[in-house]
Amino acid sequence: MKLTIPQQELVYSGNAACQGCAGLLAMRYCLKALGDKTIVVVPACCWTVLSGAFPATAFNVPMFHTAFETAASCACGVKAALRMQGKDDINVLAWAGDGGTFDIGIQALSGAAERNDDFIYVCYDNEAYMNTGIQRSSSTPYGAATSTTPSNMFKNEYKKDIDSILAAHNIPYMATASVAYPEDLIKKVQTANSIRGLKFIHIIAPCPPGWRYPSEKTIALSRLAVLTAVFPLYEVKDGKYTVRKTGDKKPVAEYIKHQGRFRHLKKEEIEYIQAETDKRFELLLKKEQLL
Amino acid sequence: MPEKGDKDDRGKRMKLVITGNHAAAYAAKLCRPHVISAYPITPQTEVVEKLACMVADGELKSDFIKVESEHSAMAACIGASAAGSRSFTATSSQGLALMHEMLFWAANSRLPIVMINVNRAMAPPWTVWADQTDSLAQRDTGWMQFYCEDNQEILDTVIQAYKIAEKVSLPAMISLDAFFLSHTSEAVDVPPQADVDRFLPEFNPEYKLDINNPRAFGGLVTAEWYYEFRYKIHQAMQDAKREINTVGKEYAKSFGRKYSLIEPYKADDADFLFAASGSMVSVVRDAVDKLRKAQKKAGLIKMRTFRPFPKEELIKLVPGAKNLCVLDRNISLGNEGIFFTEIKAALANIKAKPMIYGFTAGLGGREVSVNDVMNIAKSIETHKAAEFNFYGLKK
Amino acid sequence: MSVSSVPTSVNKTGGWRVLTPVIDYDKCISCMICWKFCPEICITAEDKPKIILEYCKGCGICAFECPKKAIKMIEAKG
Repeated sequence: MKLTIPQQELVYSGNAACQGCAGLLAMRYCLKALGDKTIVVVPACCWTVLSGAFPATAFNVPMFHTAFETAASCACGVKAALRMQGKDDINVLAWAGDGGTFDIGIQALSGAAERNDDFIYVCYDNEAYMNTGIQRSSSTPYGAATSTTPSNMFKNEYKKDIDSILAAHNIPYMATASVAYPEDLIKKVQTANSIRGLKFIHIIAPCPPGWRYPSEKTIALSRLAVLTAVFPLYEVKDGKYTVRKTGDKKPVAEYIKHQGRFRHLKKEEIEYIQAETDKRFELLLKKEQLL
Repeated sequence: MPEKGDKDDRGKRMKLVITGNHAAAYAAKLCRPHVISAYPITPQTEVVEKLACMVADGELKSDFIKVESEHSAMAACIGASAAGSRSFTATSSQGLALMHEMLFWAANSRLPIVMINVNRAMAPPWTVWADQTDSLAQRDTGWMQFYCEDNQEILDTVIQAYKIAEKVSLPAMISLDAFFLSHTSEAVDVPPQADVDRFLPEFNPEYKLDINNPRAFGGLVTAEWYYEFRYKIHQAMQDAKREINTVGKEYAKSFGRKYSLIEPYKADDADFLFAASGSMVSVVRDAVDKLRKAQKKAGLIKMRTFRPFPKEELIKLVPGAKNLCVLDRNISLGNEGIFFTEIKAALANIKAKPMIYGFTAGLGGREVSVNDVMNIAKSIETHKAAEFNFYGLKK
Repeated sequence: MSVSSVPTSVNKTGGWRVLTPVIDYDKCISCMICWKFCPEICITAEDKPKIILEYCKGCGICAFECPKKAIKMIEAKG
């Protein structure tokens, strides 16, 4: 028996996460990577609720609940305080969903990135405002049905490219990750933790109730997202792109077919998704060559 | 730009001729905040500019986070305070309004953040001049609120505010009128750092983000718990009434200037009382002196704190008066001047009380002169005043 | 202000379960993939993995991901 990831657990069982929640796994892995000298800042998102109602907490590290749009701004204050107290070795982790990162929280995140504030910002991305009942965010992929973009008015805009936005701030480290590749995820978090400045990690986090699939497929979908290049794994370190190659790309239809949120899509719409996925992945590979 | 006498602080008292904004900056510096996070807005800018220079020159060891909005400024103060560090910010009008959500977050989190607010009128139309509606509109956020009459008081109140805030675990907002105080120079006694260190010990909260004691702050509660948490804040506000006076007396012992929750001036035997706040208080003092010279028994109640509201002290001061005239450089649209409403409410159930008149004046920075105050008094005496009046409207 | 320090492990979320995982130890090769992917952190990382049923919500990830198909989801609250 050989464990490929650290054994220490810093999240407690008995929390209020849905069965098969990738967001829960993402936190489990990130805290394994960072260890117990970590303070977590959590804005409004699924983790606000799943971490348990007072007086219980799912965290075995100190954490602070903050307002929806303030993950980055609150975290930068925590880090500044720790530095002034001579406790600069304590890790500060801002942990937000896609809503709190792509939409309402983007200003604070951009500010922190521009100032190169020294903390790790993780966005666990379940591609909608899941906590409040599956409403669409700018992270929701094209074609998805949500409660505010029902299947006969599905989301018509392509997923916002938050990774490029963050990379354009010239932060020292940005990476995408998937809970299907925990060794890769943990390594990326540890790489981030070895660098001073603003580090951004974007984790795809499939959501059984929101994406409408049986909970057992969470890892499978996290894997397919990568293998179809819908969510390619890559890093941008000091401006240099490194894309993880995963062999021949699987067709997006293989990823889409398991998810009820895409059930209404017609053949030409799936073909559009395939074309866009290919185009964006080609662009990413070009960035890797150029930069 | 260093001020004359700036660098000569070797344990000697410094008297500087400085603006209200700079007085605020000196005060903040003396309180040794670990973290300052602020966003510029006229007429607060000199507060943060002066602090930035102090940090750059090595006079102040502080992490000055140049945040990208006031909402983030308060969020960063909250994070810093939660992590156990004294934090400071400053803003005005639109910026304060933008912070609104986070003001609740700070008070509900029981974090003793101190903030300077330069009272400026809310837009549109765009304006940068004095009006108290911005801070008074934050009435219910759970912040203690102080209103300063002059630049010395600004400096003194910031220092006291940290002590009070850290005792009761509630944040404090200190307001000063735009331009009348923020940009007007007055002689201010700046105490030596050592004296302030003795008065204000290091911030050491019982509850903070601490890896040796992992706790979650602000977790979800249902109706089972929320009510009691609000009651605790209510209790803290009641405790603050006592602490404000206690700390005000301690301040007098250390620095020679006494402050209290509410400050009467020639009010003991007055039959005509004014109640006012902010820079207008100086003008009313002059009017009271003039009326006294004309053998009229006038007096003034300086409303120094708005939250906690000094209900008990107010009740003690007013029974002897025939008329109480409340001056408000603010308006709650759909009702009246805000201090007017609050004062009436505080006195509602007492038997012996004066006839209470409200005058809203000076909105948007319009000057309220001694003559204006005399005119207001006259209109009450000659029964020409309504219960609530907009003074000095252009016809 | 709510300050929480009681671990959520006081909540026995096993009661949420509809399907229950059962490990066939004859097939199990102790690869620990089930431990690695369990979101509820209720599989022990011992010589042979053991599922802590008082927390298991029955998501089925362990059964789905097991390379030897050594875990079955059965209809029992067990």
